[in-house]
Amino acid sequence: MSRTAIRVEQLGKKYNIGLPVVKYPTLRDQISEGFKRHEKAENSFIWALKDVSFDVNEGQVLGVIGRNGAGKSTLLKILSRVTEPTEGSVEIRGRVGSLLEVGTGFHPELTGRENIFLNGAILGMQREEIQNKFDEIVSFAEVEKFIDTPVKRYSSGMYLRLAFAVAAHLEPEILVVDEVLAVGDAEFQKKCLGKMSDVAQQGRTVLFVSHNMSAILRLTQETLVIDHGKMLMRGPTTEAVDFYLSEGLTQEGQKIWREDEIASASKPFHPVAVRVLDKQGHVAETVRSTEPCTIEIEYKLEKSIKGLRVGIYLLTTRGEFIFTSFDTDDIKQYENNTVRKAGNYISRCEIPANLLNEGRYVIGINASTYLIKRYFQDDQALLFNVDPSGAPGMQWVETRLGPIRPALKWRIENYESGDLQHGTK
Amino acid sequence: MSSLNEPRTIVIKPSTGWTALNLKDLWNYRELIYFFTWRDLKVRYKQTVLGASWAILQPVLTMVVFSIFFGGLAQVPSDGVPYPIFSYTALLPWTLFSKALQDASRSLVSSANIISKVYFPRLILPLSSTLAGLVDFAIAFVVLLLMMVFYGIHPTANLWLLLPLILLALLTAIGVSLWLSALNVMYRDVGHMLPFLTQFWMYITPIAYSSSIVPEEWRFVYALNPLTGVVEGFRWALLGTGDGPGITLLISSCISILITITGLFYFRRMERKFADLV
Repeated sequence: MSRTAIRVEQLGKKYNIGLPVVKYPTLRDQISEGFKRHEKAENSFIWALKDVSFDVNEGQVLGVIGRNGAGKSTLLKILSRVTEPTEGSVEIRGRVGSLLEVGTGFHPELTGRENIFLNGAILGMQREEIQNKFDEIVSFAEVEKFIDTPVKRYSSGMYLRLAFAVAAHLEPEILVVDEVLAVGDAEFQKKCLGKMSDVAQQGRTVLFVSHNMSAILRLTQETLVIDHGKMLMRGPTTEAVDFYLSEGLTQEGQKIWREDEIASASKPFHPVAVRVLDKQGHVAETVRSTEPCTIEIEYKLEKSIKGLRVGIYLLTTRGEFIFTSFDTDDIKQYENNTVRKAGNYISRCEIPANLLNEGRYVIGINASTYLIKRYFQDDQALLFNVDPSGAPGMQWVETRLGPIRPALKWRIENYESGDLQHGTK
Repeated sequence: MSSLNEPRTIVIKPSTGWTALNLKDLWNYRELIYFFTWRDLKVRYKQTVLGASWAILQPVLTMVVFSIFFGGLAQVPSDGVPYPIFSYTALLPWTLFSKALQDASRSLVSSANIISKVYFPRLILPLSSTLAGLVDFAIAFVVLLLMMVFYGIHPTANLWLLLPLILLALLTAIGVSLWLSALNVMYRDVGHMLPFLTQFWMYITPIAYSSSIVPEEWRFVYALNPLTGVVEGFRWALLGTGDGPGITLLISSCISILITITGLFYFRRMERKFADLV
């Protein structure tokens, strides 16, 4: 029976919104208002977290999923002691290492070597510990040649690799990971995932927060679902992911983003809605496999963006990608849309008939400029169902494996007579 | 530090009212004080032409201006020692103090990105900003030694007193900046107030003039400024002027300790809000 590594009880965190304290009040403001007590109306508070209780055992890898603004980051901030809860308590056995934001405390003027020591110390490592792991960190980050160069001369990839490498070698009893996998190229991401499962196999506790459902499914056995500051469920990861995708998302075939779901970093791109339309052009939660359907993304640009591409991912509810497609994939479209001016837009694409199998599918949205900036990404923007009636093979009541169900041309030939032919005929 | 290697149980709870100082935590993170100080030193004179000579230029140029206007034109009495060394002896601890005060008071806001991401005792930030000033002080001190050779002044046997005096200057800087840095998180007015505060403070400290010109009945009030004791002590130990540490230094020390202790508690009380407000 393993011991409890983290015990969270009735945890709550309240933030004041719209109150002067948040907006850097000046003393003059305070004096001119006569130091009167501000009327603290109920709606000027927001509970970022409320009544959250759970235990994590030593050596367990627990996933945490929830939409943007659900309270995940607040939870992690409390666990890593950056901010205090308003109510409730947390008991933690051991050192907490957080990958909340890699590269915290990196100083641009210092060299890679110097930053490793500084960053390590900020993350709570001893100098001796850093010295022992120094070579390992450098080779993990692949920056051997530039180790005595100021990091302000690093490429952003090198910078991130170095930052992650330091944090990954912290070896705390409890590791808190938040979305670090969103950075770096595929090769590096693989390395990061490998490092995380190493940590887990060494019997240390990992709290893994991610939008990446396939990473959650691969790395964790149990997962919490958080929404609007409340814990909705805790269960085996497959169930939690399914619950999350089906409960939190279906809004009758369309998803309209609330203001608080849009990070300010996504400016000037402002997502408005994403919809699934059936063949008749109605918003639909369920579309027929045998008919084409349309996915449309509505968005605003507050400023013009050069090289913008808006696209979708299609995923299964198990987090496996089926395809990725952008509105400027076609070379002509690409050339005609080099600069998208400020204004309102809808990007539409048609999903052809006889493509998808029966089941539930997830649409993810991505708006980015290639290699420059990712303005907006929502990996679970919308969920829709595909109804297979009339699809090939429906005469048998059985589940067809695989996410696609194309209508393929089959030919059946009898070759007993000896005129067997391969290839085209 | 083996204590970090065996799991400790940490309880995170909302703290209420005046919290304990938690100096044990500070001790566990003592290496970080070193690293922040080291970073401040490393970075301070990066991409400058004059580099570390800035540490000398500031007090030396101030001394030159003081010597011309106060010592030369205004004929301010300097207790029988040449005016340049009279003012420079005072400018040394003053520069240490004012630099520490300015850096430490801004330390929390300038490290906002770290504060909102990682836990460590926040006290480390003003502490290490204060300590980084010691190196500049040491460099500027060499100039004083050269000046003493030039003017043929032998230090008194009370030279040992410099050490506690430097500590007193630093303690005062820490005490005041504990208040100001915590206030600065909430009220950015502090940033605008600082240059004025240091200027004002310099006028009420006997740097350009001797404290002997202050009327006897006002001496007590005058001693409430902790820097008065420090500056007088410096002159007494190095140049042999004045009466040596007496009631003035005692009052200065008491005030300094009072500011620091209240500052510590205020800082701890505000600490829990730093990450949300900064």
